[in-house]
Amino acid sequence: MAVLDEQQEMLRDMARSWAVNESPLTEFRKVRASGSEEAFDRAAYAKMVEMGWAGVIIPEEYGGSDFGWLSAGLVIEQLGKTLTASPLVLNTAAASAIILGGSDEQKALWLPKLASGEAIATLAVDEGPSHDPARIETSVSGGKLTGRKAFVHEAHGADLFVVAAKDGLYLVEKSDGVLLITRKLSDQRSHAEVNFVGAAANKLKGGGESLLGDVLDRARVLTAAEMLGMAQAVFDTTLDYLKQRVQFNQVLATFQALQHRMADLFADLTQMRSAVEAGLQAVDGGFGAARAATIAKAEANRVLHGISNQGIQLHGGIGMTDEYDVGFYLKRARVLEASFGSTTWLKDRYAALSGY
Amino acid sequence: MPTQLQSGAHANDDPFRTEVRQFLAANFPEELKGKGNLLAGLEGPTNETDEQKKWREAVAECGWGTPTWPTEYGGGGLTKAQAKIVTQEFAKSGAYNPIGGMGVMMFGPTLLEFGSEEQKCEHIPAICRGEIRWCQGYSEPNAGSDLANLQTFAEDKGDHYLINGQKTWTSGGQWADKCFAIVRTDRRDKHKGISFMLIDMNAPGVEVRPITMISGTSPFCETFLTDVRVPKKNLVGKEGQGWAIGKRLLQHERTNISGGGNLALMMAQSLGDIAKKYCETAADGRLTDNVLRDKIADFEIRWSSFLFTARRAIEESKAPGGVSEISSVLKKTGTKLAQERSELLIEIRGLQGLGWEGDGFSEGELEDVRTWLFGKAATIYGGSTEIQNNIIAKRVLGMLDHA
Repeated sequence: MAVLDEQQEMLRDMARSWAVNESPLTEFRKVRASGSEEAFDRAAYAKMVEMGWAGVIIPEEYGGSDFGWLSAGLVIEQLGKTLTASPLVLNTAAASAIILGGSDEQKALWLPKLASGEAIATLAVDEGPSHDPARIETSVSGGKLTGRKAFVHEAHGADLFVVAAKDGLYLVEKSDGVLLITRKLSDQRSHAEVNFVGAAANKLKGGGESLLGDVLDRARVLTAAEMLGMAQAVFDTTLDYLKQRVQFNQVLATFQALQHRMADLFADLTQMRSAVEAGLQAVDGGFGAARAATIAKAEANRVLHGISNQGIQLHGGIGMTDEYDVGFYLKRARVLEASFGSTTWLKDRYAALSGY
Repeated sequence: MPTQLQSGAHANDDPFRTEVRQFLAANFPEELKGKGNLLAGLEGPTNETDEQKKWREAVAECGWGTPTWPTEYGGGGLTKAQAKIVTQEFAKSGAYNPIGGMGVMMFGPTLLEFGSEEQKCEHIPAICRGEIRWCQGYSEPNAGSDLANLQTFAEDKGDHYLINGQKTWTSGGQWADKCFAIVRTDRRDKHKGISFMLIDMNAPGVEVRPITMISGTSPFCETFLTDVRVPKKNLVGKEGQGWAIGKRLLQHERTNISGGGNLALMMAQSLGDIAKKYCETAADGRLTDNVLRDKIADFEIRWSSFLFTARRAIEESKAPGGVSEISSVLKKTGTKLAQERSELLIEIRGLQGLGWEGDGFSEGELEDVRTWLFGKAATIYGGSTEIQNNIIAKRVLGMLDHA
């Protein structure tokens, strides 16, 4: 864990205790059972907003607390531990697009709403099943945006889309000309193909050429923070299980083969935490964020992939049951691994950033 | 590869920084720029030139070779922040720290913690001046990973001990003046029968034989001890405390293997840049072999997060009440990655990366081959990876037998 200041520790402790007490995995089971397409609990989101979590990276003048990205990551990590379903990650990433690229008017219009929960925003970037921001066909003419976005996260609950078009990022409100086709994925959260058909679009003119890349880096570090919480939770649950389960008259935790596997996973988890925190801190520091975010997401992908698989294997048969929680993490893990950069894509980007 | 570690901005107008710069300008000879510390080298010291000697003495004079050690024993008495400035400024001007070796990395800190006043006064100043070389008498033929199984026995003869036995993997034993060793003083108790003693390597009955390794070098020795007299004043702590003291020393060793030991690697050239010299690239500088390119990036990403982890370990240990769990994984992860890097270098260079000797290979290529081979030892010594895994599982994760 990075060395935190008092404010950050308070925020993290508050998020941890809320997630554990008010939003354990049973809450997500309820959301799943409800069959709601937006796939999160509005009342729970209202509480999260009330605690200030939707405004952590939003400047104070627009109703946020401006605590920064490491702080936002700490909250997201805690929520990731219990797989709390909410549009917080996407709303935060979308808000950053407005902060970085919006006019004063756009900021004044949207940021207070996003901080207060009055509106929810998300990102609509990719047009295929794999992350590839270089391949965008969506275009705008005469203020009307047309294009098809695949697998938009939190699309059902969103009021506002930050849409990547060929010539930059646009704000598009959910209204006429925005059509959703639900795409249910293994995590059973909100994903949809979003068809923009001549939808009214408002360009984010600031932020320079790197705006899309900068916003995606922010989405990457936050997603990585959620994945960190998930990996930690699977690791902890698995360790507890190994300490309880008895076979051959022996607690499983005493078998050296399992001890060494857990030691490997612990080392991986340590690496992941360092990379994720360094990514968040790099965004806060404004230095080397592209590289650090790439490392953070790549390490998150690698380690969560391994831990989510091992989590099932080490639980044995019970890990295969829906009644047991560990499978929920596996199903969410792969969705997040593929989002905002698969491992291969991230390695390619790392090499490109390094000049080879 | 550029890392966050190097990005820490610092004020350049610090008066102490100016002092260090003035010292370097006055004392560090241009010819030694980029040279390594002889004492820390695996090959041991060659003959020290006049210039090297002068540089060593200049650093010894102000104690900056052991910057944070107390001044009364010859250390620099600096704060950690000041010590960092010394390291930074030395690195900037290409100057090496001429004071080093096991005395600095392992034995000194341990003696400062557990030694008597008399012992500290006798041994620490010589370490600070780089005059006495220490070696480690720990492993034995039947006490490797199971170190506490050691059998070398120190018999109480009233005013001295009489030591008989054999130590092995004695790094630098052939050049060392003295040896800090753990020996058995009681055969009845495996751990409490061990004591920590200081042995003069020139004493009668000490015989050293270098062992040739797969790398072709002989950094380790077998050390035979036959009726070696050790005065009682050379017992550190009390009889039976040797295991506790010896283990504390191993913590310093691990820190050095994973952190300090890899410092050179942290600054090492990006594998991508090296590959661009050996392999085909496109017009934009991109490696055309996509598989190799992917492998290099994969490695460098994990290497970067190791550097982040090392940085985090330092930050956490500095924070109030901060004992970091991370240190337990640094050795395991760092050594594994260093080995991977060596293997990747070979893959990049092909057979040109396996040169044993001759003019057809650059100095760097030849050196990397020896590093590759000798690097295999890193996951064995200082507590093998398997031992590290046991420590992590049992002490950090609490996977105990009686859970």
